[in-house]
Amino acid sequence: MTSLPTTIQDVFNEPGCARNASKSNVERKNGCTKQLKPGGAAGGCAFDGAKIALQPFTDVAHLVHGPIACEGNSWDNRGSASSGSDLWRRSFTTDMSETDVVFGGEKRLYRAVKEITEKYNPQAIFVYQTCVPAMIGDDIDMVCKAASAKFGKPVIPINAPGFVGSKNLGNKLAGEALLEHVIGTGEPDYTTPYDINIIGEYNLSGELWQVKPLLDELGIRILSCISGDGKYREVACSHRAKAAMMVCSKAMINVASKMKQRYGIPFFEGSFYGIEDSSDSLRQIARMLIERGAPAELMERTQALIAREETKAWTAIERFKPRFAGKRVVLITGGVKSWSMVAALQEAGLEIVGTSVKKSTEKDKERIKELIGQHAHMIEDMSPHEIYKMLKGAKADIMLSGGKSQFVALKAATPWLDINQERCHAYMGYVGIVKLMEEIEKALYNPIWHQLRQAAPWDEFDWKRQAKAVAQMHAQAVDPVRGANTNGVKTISFSNKSEVGDGESAIAAHGPNLVEPAKSCTNSTARCLACKDIHSDLQPPALQAAE
Amino acid sequence: MAIVTASKKACSVNPLKMSQPIGGSFAFMGLRGAMPLLHGPQGCASFGLTLFVRHFNEAVPMQTTAMSEVATVLGGHENLEQAILNIYNRVEPEIIGINSTGVTETNGDDVEAFIRLIRQKHPQLEKLPLVYVSTPDFKDAFQDGWGKTVARMIEVLVAPVDAARPRDGSRVNVLPGCHLTPGDLDELRTIFEDFGLKPSFLPDVAGSLDGHIPDEFTPTTIGGIGLDEIATMGQAAWTIAIGAQMRRAAEIMRARTGTPFRLFERLCGLIPNDEFIAFLSEISGRSVPSKYRRQRGQLADAMLDAHFHIGGRKLAIGAEPDLLFDLSSFLHEMGAQVTAAVTTTNSPVLQRVRTEDILIGDLEDLEELARSRDCDLLMSHSHGRQAASRLNVPFLRVGFPMFDRLGAAHLTTVGYRGTRDLIFDIANLIITDRETNHGPTPDTWPSPAVTCRSIRPSCIEQGERKHG
Repeated sequence: MTSLPTTIQDVFNEPGCARNASKSNVERKNGCTKQLKPGGAAGGCAFDGAKIALQPFTDVAHLVHGPIACEGNSWDNRGSASSGSDLWRRSFTTDMSETDVVFGGEKRLYRAVKEITEKYNPQAIFVYQTCVPAMIGDDIDMVCKAASAKFGKPVIPINAPGFVGSKNLGNKLAGEALLEHVIGTGEPDYTTPYDINIIGEYNLSGELWQVKPLLDELGIRILSCISGDGKYREVACSHRAKAAMMVCSKAMINVASKMKQRYGIPFFEGSFYGIEDSSDSLRQIARMLIERGAPAELMERTQALIAREETKAWTAIERFKPRFAGKRVVLITGGVKSWSMVAALQEAGLEIVGTSVKKSTEKDKERIKELIGQHAHMIEDMSPHEIYKMLKGAKADIMLSGGKSQFVALKAATPWLDINQERCHAYMGYVGIVKLMEEIEKALYNPIWHQLRQAAPWDEFDWKRQAKAVAQMHAQAVDPVRGANTNGVKTISFSNKSEVGDGESAIAAHGPNLVEPAKSCTNSTARCLACKDIHSDLQPPALQAAE
Repeated sequence: MAIVTASKKACSVNPLKMSQPIGGSFAFMGLRGAMPLLHGPQGCASFGLTLFVRHFNEAVPMQTTAMSEVATVLGGHENLEQAILNIYNRVEPEIIGINSTGVTETNGDDVEAFIRLIRQKHPQLEKLPLVYVSTPDFKDAFQDGWGKTVARMIEVLVAPVDAARPRDGSRVNVLPGCHLTPGDLDELRTIFEDFGLKPSFLPDVAGSLDGHIPDEFTPTTIGGIGLDEIATMGQAAWTIAIGAQMRRAAEIMRARTGTPFRLFERLCGLIPNDEFIAFLSEISGRSVPSKYRRQRGQLADAMLDAHFHIGGRKLAIGAEPDLLFDLSSFLHEMGAQVTAAVTTTNSPVLQRVRTEDILIGDLEDLEELARSRDCDLLMSHSHGRQAASRLNVPFLRVGFPMFDRLGAAHLTTVGYRGTRDLIFDIANLIITDRETNHGPTPDTWPSPAVTCRSIRPSCIEQGERKHG
């Protein structure tokens, strides 16, 4: 059993990753994620990443050892789908108290495992380490080992406390735990020459089921999916697969490459987003299986299936082309989805005017350049404000992104679609891409947009009337404030966006006679139209230009 | 008088509780131009953020000091300093509200001292209020974090007043508990204004999280109460606290400014609102506007119409103490029996819940109690949905988080009108349940003696022969 720092260093040394291989030793030691910036960071922690990667295993009890925050604030937040057990959707946590922090949480953890075994008798229990027990030295490896022996079932330590790094690192540490404790511990009832593993696919919105029927038709068996709709026993047997497909970019590359080293299972990196990618992936799977001993006729059948599905999908997409002509898309998402979706969207005639490359590797970036040309905007790390300005300035017709940035688009009255884990539609394979197009069309042509972009007809009327009244009032009372403004105070406004200093200094300088108008304007529910006018008067020219 | 016990389980299954740091951050979200900052690893903020975004369907400002393992070993001073400077430079907030987490509390970070050092080193921060509240994850719950944070805001942000100066008779401070929605706050605002009173809500999440569309994108909160208004809260004639969690904040306000307070533990139901409206009439010196006379009548009528459906229902409720007390008392007053009650943290109101026992526990406990005691109405936040579908009983989502329904921000349960609408919602749920799951069939009321005969084919044949 290796220590956590050793495992992390091991994960950072990834021969399967081109970007990693090009680094110097020192760079490699620093890991593959950017140093987090306090006060400017976004995204989950390593524990989050580990949980994302493993929680889709449906017949496992996922037990989080830590204070309530780690599980209580986050459970039941992902749309993976299960064809069987709903155990994965239940939440288990030791909910550590102050006493546990003082005296150690190991006993509570052991008792928790016992309770779960007695009440739910799961196939296995995954125990997730978090920051606080890691700090106080709770040894979850030992507890898991003891509990495993006592209760006669696998109790697997997932050693990825949040503060060791990012979500991506957590994905990989989860993979390490599988490699160390699960994979290769079981044997399948039978094997076929058509057995594959799919690695890094989480079956969000059940999208794996958009592809599985095609594999079924070809007689290809998913021996194990890590981890969407996965079952513990299947992963334990996954070392008997003939080939593997790695889906989610680099998230679990360590699992794929170590399974290649240890068990000689070849893998490729592929995607089921978009028509061409789906076809490529199916061909790759067939080719690899044939190389590993499957009959060569598999390729003919695969080609025939691809031809049939492609024709169907292209015909379905054809009708969107006139609707999408000249429509521009911004794509803000991480990793592999960027380039595979870029291809998919272009297939339907959409123009990509920008895509994020924050989580993409250099190789990914090259591919994006090839796909969308040199002119498109590659967004390294765009602030929400910049995205908002881009959308408000009508530089794009629709944004596709994850849930957290949706309001940037929606509040700019720009169509938006969720393509991350919280989404409620499945977009995989040949049926999925057509579904995506349907959703984009619905979003682009929804009648709400032109209504929302219009101001209320009474707005201007009221505004003018109030502005007049306020101007009169200000002519009498507020003149000195304008004087104060030139002495270093930035803007004068009593609206709810004014800065602290302004309102306060204005009131301080001019006594209680100002308090009344100020108060009437700070009421946060009623937008102060009068102030808006004053505000724009006094804004620096740079800001006005930006609007 | 309810007996309060704490669950003895080592493993919490399907937690009801959320952590207190994010309760604290939530309170800061009701301030204008605020940036809530969690001092801890980035996951703490990220989980909280996702939860708020899913509940409100709004952009939510929240930052983290992104404590790494190494930073934790070395202490959080440097990360806090960088976080404050980065936020100050990037988003120009009017205030940064800092809550600690489990990690930094276990570490023993002396954040107040850190802040003093940071202020010394960076004089440009002189005018930027930095409010810090200690809220370890391993103690207490969401509503405690909110309560502590509001109390601290008053200590730091409300200016002391000159006792000799007359109070502004029309101003009232309102300290709402975290169980009130933006819709509740707006309803209360209207009521206050109808009595000619000018309310200052601290915090005012209605201003920031009510879903309005701002003219310009801002990375901080887009509304809420301003610091200038908070500073002058000491001049108000009265402080009105809503929910027992706000008692401490109200007491601090009184100690600091001499403002008297009145605590309303509940604002759902006929009697609590009668008291509330009577109090407003008294302090404003105005008679009750006819609008509220009519609303009271409408509520009375709703109670008449709905008591047929709600009366006798066996309620299982899981909620934080103040919400639990409010809603269970109201349902008790509608004739329902509070049969199973689970909550997250201790509170003096729990003993007065109209039930036999209350468990500080989780949703697994609630599900088990509801099953064994045959409950036929379940209320909890959205996480109760799995239990409700297994139990197949009508389920009303209340409180935070509500991530699988739209309009959580506008759900209103205060005042005569809010109570009226809640009554209709509950009654309609029950009616739907009856029609879907309990519609009468010929076999609904079987007599033990004749059941088998009536379905035997030979009986039918005989009957037919007779008629033929």
